[in-house]
Amino acid sequence: MDLTFSGQETAFRDELREWLSVNKPGPAPTSEGEDGQYAWRREWQRKLYDAGWAAPAWPTEYGGRGASLTESAIYFEELGRARVPMAANVLGLLLGGPTLMVWGSDEQKERYLSPILSGEEIWCQGFSEPDAGSDLASLKTKAVKDGEEWVVTGQKVWTSGAQYSKWCMLVARSDSGIAKHKGLTYFLMDMEQDAVQVRPLRQITGEAEFNELFIEEARIPDANVVGGVGNGWKVALTTLMNERAGLGFALQIRLRQLLDDVIAIAAGRGLLEDPLYADAIAELHVRCESIRLLAWKGLTDVERYGQPGPEGSLVKWLWSDTNQRLTQLAVDIVGADALTVGESWSYELLRARGNTIEGGTTEVLKNIIAERVLGLPRLKVAA
Amino acid sequence: MDFGFTDDQREIQRTARDLLSERATPARVREHAEARTVDETLWRELSGLGWPGIAISEEHGGQGLGQIELSILCEELGRSLAPVPFLPSAMAAAVIEQAGSAEQCERWLPGLASGETIGALGAAVDGVAELVIGGADAQVLVLVEDDGSGQLLGADEAEVSPLAAIDPTRSAARVSAADGAGEPLGDVCAGLGRALVSVSSELVGVCDRALAMTVDYVKERHQFGVPVGAYQAVSHRCAQMLLDTEKARSTAAFAAWTADADPERLAEAAAMAKASASDAGREVTASAIQAHGGIGFTWEADVHWLYKRAQLDAALLGGAKRHRAQLAAILADRLGASAAA
Repeated sequence: MDLTFSGQETAFRDELREWLSVNKPGPAPTSEGEDGQYAWRREWQRKLYDAGWAAPAWPTEYGGRGASLTESAIYFEELGRARVPMAANVLGLLLGGPTLMVWGSDEQKERYLSPILSGEEIWCQGFSEPDAGSDLASLKTKAVKDGEEWVVTGQKVWTSGAQYSKWCMLVARSDSGIAKHKGLTYFLMDMEQDAVQVRPLRQITGEAEFNELFIEEARIPDANVVGGVGNGWKVALTTLMNERAGLGFALQIRLRQLLDDVIAIAAGRGLLEDPLYADAIAELHVRCESIRLLAWKGLTDVERYGQPGPEGSLVKWLWSDTNQRLTQLAVDIVGADALTVGESWSYELLRARGNTIEGGTTEVLKNIIAERVLGLPRLKVAA
Repeated sequence: MDFGFTDDQREIQRTARDLLSERATPARVREHAEARTVDETLWRELSGLGWPGIAISEEHGGQGLGQIELSILCEELGRSLAPVPFLPSAMAAAVIEQAGSAEQCERWLPGLASGETIGALGAAVDGVAELVIGGADAQVLVLVEDDGSGQLLGADEAEVSPLAAIDPTRSAARVSAADGAGEPLGDVCAGLGRALVSVSSELVGVCDRALAMTVDYVKERHQFGVPVGAYQAVSHRCAQMLLDTEKARSTAAFAAWTADADPERLAEAAAMAKASASDAGREVTASAIQAHGGIGFTWEADVHWLYKRAQLDAALLGGAKRHRAQLAAILADRLGASAAA
């Protein structure tokens, strides 16, 4: 057991920290709405890209740094610590690119990877549907072959950044005659066509981070199939596995910062000496440290032994639950401001409700842990 | 960064688990629990293997290994509920080694390392410790006070009143020291930190065993024509048991590592570990009884021994709330220090 970074890892961290201290963007624009925010994030990605920091985990041949898993985690921790925004094309960088590296043809890699990295072409993810959430493989969006093209019709939901995207990672049913996982195909769909309509989905915070997609006979060339016809489930799993790996470290640091903010406010109001608050804050501190330890353990186990432990699902569960408790406690400590629209704590309180739903609901995570980690039997549900 | 054990540590873990699964079988544990006796044969065997002295320096007759190795043994002994005074003796040795004078170390550590001397450690208020695990068997008693002071007493220098604790796999006693009895120790914080890590590791073993027994049981037990473990009300409880156990394991492992590698952080890490493990121990073993249903409430099922051990360990040297209060004080100090700087 050695819970310190190696010399190389420390050098990586210091170099990035130094770069961030000089180059981190100013505060988000407040006047130009969501579009202005997005432009700001796009500019930030360009800056990262120019300095070679857009996707350090990508292999050097694709413009990355070939960073190790540990270095990649350090990267997200440092971005979180510096409180910089997410790069505009976060889904392309974290999900689309790595999926293409595994499943894409040489032509696809050549065509798509570079504009992902620079942020020239933004990517979004078209997986979930109104009737296919946790049961993703039951999705109904249909793809029918027509000569050298596929004709796609259906509806997608929870598509963040769709209004800014050029490409959509789309999973659709290309064969409805066979068992549900087998009839799926993974496509890259051009968002710039009239057959694809984007409608913002207003969430409980009042803003629209996500969208609905209405797809009416959109055309996708056969060359945009990723990983082969009928292989969409496997390709989609690659995307989903990448979803938690990097982002988890940024979220973990974000949680730490929120807790530090709460502790500072509590101290300022003399509440750290109040046993009720002290107990709740200390419990959050323990949870936060435990999340950090479990996340690092999961990652370094993969790095050293090639086998992930059960930590992935546990960390996501513990993180989401802890963030909800933390933002709720913040209301008790901060008071009226935390219940007022437009204030950051009220936003955090409301946004945290999504944490136990997005990226795998807590209920599904518990099922995964029970079945795949503990080996418990699955209840057969009558069809 | 590496959370794994070295080959040597893995070997210690494997050997301990194999040995205890043969020697401290449920039937054997039950026999001693019902008679409230120490398994002397097992204690002699473990002593012969050098277990009691694993983390005591070679200079004082031990093996000179670290807190990580000691924690591995604590976890395995917790898993098996072996009726031996290993934990109290190891905790007393840690405080004596860290806070004792050269003479005190010379006098007590070789016996504690060889297993010939039994020690016990208790948290006391003005010289009175209400519940000292292993206290009734100990020849040397260490009492630590909230202010970081401590005293060292031979069994004849203290008033030891044996108690029938709900956990019958180890003895317990109320210990009090008359004013001026025994010898003062130096600052006990580092030794106490190590003791907290050891008991946290034991609790992780208790939780792990409770979860394993529960998973086995709910796979086998059928009601309404299906294994009860197929119901999400039951399987999600098991998932929660795993989360609590892994949360405790991660903080205990971190604290064990800091003891030797980063002692400045031991006080904080030990408080986190004990808070986490105390809660997990209570919750996980309570869940184990619940998931066993009516069987779990019977004397005949073994799951209650785990619950009882967890209750004693959770209270030992202060429960979760006390250690969270400690943590809050550490956080406040840190804020104060950074504001002052």
